[in-house]
Amino acid sequence: MTAPAVVPVGAEQQVGPGSVGCVATAQLAGSTFSAAVSDLRRGWEQRSLWGHLGWQDIRQRYRRSFLGPIWISITMAVTAIALGTLYAGLFDNDLAVQMPHILVGFIVWGFISGCINEGAEVFTSNVGLITHLPAPLSVHLYRLIWRQTLFFLHNLVVYVVMLFVFPQDLHWTGLAVIPAFGLLALNGAWAALLLGIVATRFRDLVPIAQSVVQLAFFLTPIVWIYDELANSPNPAIAERAKLAEFNPFLHFLEIVRAPMLGQNQQLHHWIVVLAITVVGWALTMVVLRRYRARVSYWV
Amino acid sequence: MSQAMQQVSIDTTGACVDFPIFDARSRSLKKTVMGLVGGNIASNSKVPIIEALRDIDVHLEHGARVGLVGHNGAGKSTLLRLLSGIYEPTRGRAVINGRVAPVFDLGVGMDPEVSGLENIIVRGLFLGMTRKEMEARVDDIADFTELGDFLRMPLRTYSTGMRVRLALGVVTSIDPEILLLDEGIGAVDSAFLDKSKKRLKELVERSGLLVFASHSDAFLRDLCDTAIWMEHGQIKAHGDLEDVLKAYKGDDYRTPEKTSRERGSAEA
Repeated sequence: MTAPAVVPVGAEQQVGPGSVGCVATAQLAGSTFSAAVSDLRRGWEQRSLWGHLGWQDIRQRYRRSFLGPIWISITMAVTAIALGTLYAGLFDNDLAVQMPHILVGFIVWGFISGCINEGAEVFTSNVGLITHLPAPLSVHLYRLIWRQTLFFLHNLVVYVVMLFVFPQDLHWTGLAVIPAFGLLALNGAWAALLLGIVATRFRDLVPIAQSVVQLAFFLTPIVWIYDELANSPNPAIAERAKLAEFNPFLHFLEIVRAPMLGQNQQLHHWIVVLAITVVGWALTMVVLRRYRARVSYWV
Repeated sequence: MSQAMQQVSIDTTGACVDFPIFDARSRSLKKTVMGLVGGNIASNSKVPIIEALRDIDVHLEHGARVGLVGHNGAGKSTLLRLLSGIYEPTRGRAVINGRVAPVFDLGVGMDPEVSGLENIIVRGLFLGMTRKEMEARVDDIADFTELGDFLRMPLRTYSTGMRVRLALGVVTSIDPEILLLDEGIGAVDSAFLDKSKKRLKELVERSGLLVFASHSDAFLRDLCDTAIWMEHGQIKAHGDLEDVLKAYKGDDYRTPEKTSRERGSAEA
């Protein structure tokens, strides 16, 4: 083996105009917390990239269709009207109660299930980009959360229309929906990141996550109304319904849905959500620290 | 020259890249220790591991123009990915200072459903440019590609050659600090190839540091002055381009004069 003897030639040559003033960034590598944090930070700095890609994902899905992304809103409206009418009849509820409940439930659930289902594939579906570009992993995560947020906003249009048909008793306290959604997104982010990393190594996690989400949909009071069943005169039903308190999704749903429907907001939902946020992110940071650098090997 | 540019460097010491192959359970694969092609396959763990790179020591600074030579599977592309930071070494260390623009596959990050113009912007963003920087370059890139009104059409309507034109246009318009090129500059007509070679040369001159993997001696001589010879995932030689080529090619080695004359007659 010959000795490494690299002679830097042309060191005095002129630099292209665009490079001047551009900061050389040392990539933090290795299994350290600062490398994990740096990944999240550098990914955030590439907002223009994932911002654009998130939009492109949405437009992509409805490309060449006449109505485009409005289909997101239409689909939601049709679902809410059909299921609202159906379950109002089945549960013998007032349509003005059942329909808004189902609509807002579906909107929030759409975000949650999107983060989990697509989160499990957030890295495996981007093999090409991960193995060809040295972008921080978190770029793919932000793209996913941004895309789900855009879906959420499209669905919010249906909610606004609904407010005209079934006016809700909204208060100023309803503004709590903003931090509530922030918390939801923050949790969606750790869930997607954690699942995404583990699923690159254990591919079985993807179908597992999907079935769990499917099941959780029925266990969470989205079509059924928690307060009603928990206060049911039939003790067997009430007891069964109260088990939903153990369902973490219930608390996420409640902190967002209650302010949107002008209902009483309960502190304990917020506390549970905050606790899950802290524990979830702590766990995810440990996994990110340990396995971040392995993802490009595993995909 | 700005302070930032002087810091551009790549340093690796004893860097290794080991791939676990989770879906290969075959015993015969484990028994295979070494072949002519590819890295080493270790047999002492439950999951077979391909030692794609072993003990890589490179120290490159601003101004380095390095060619990468070696057989298929010798680790050239993996080395480029190590140097770009995509693969962090499983053992050893790699420190990369500078904005890296890896050009391994011209098509990556392109979306067939959106227009050529949009793809220009997105591809640039992927290469670490800002939206503003790309918008300032769009006209120049459009001129270079000679695609005209086709740039408003979705990319899926393009022929392979047209896609290569678009990709080359974007790639050669950027200002990278560290440029990592994998051969893969494919089917374009010869007139366009001359034009893109000129732009590629200008790109290399603008970039602070170049590593270029290629099987073409002529191309290597055009762009590089030193070379690294990879074999079985290790650096077999590292030094002056002609010396490395001589050692790598053995009897097949041809002097630069002869090669360029051949090139001249081929183009005529």
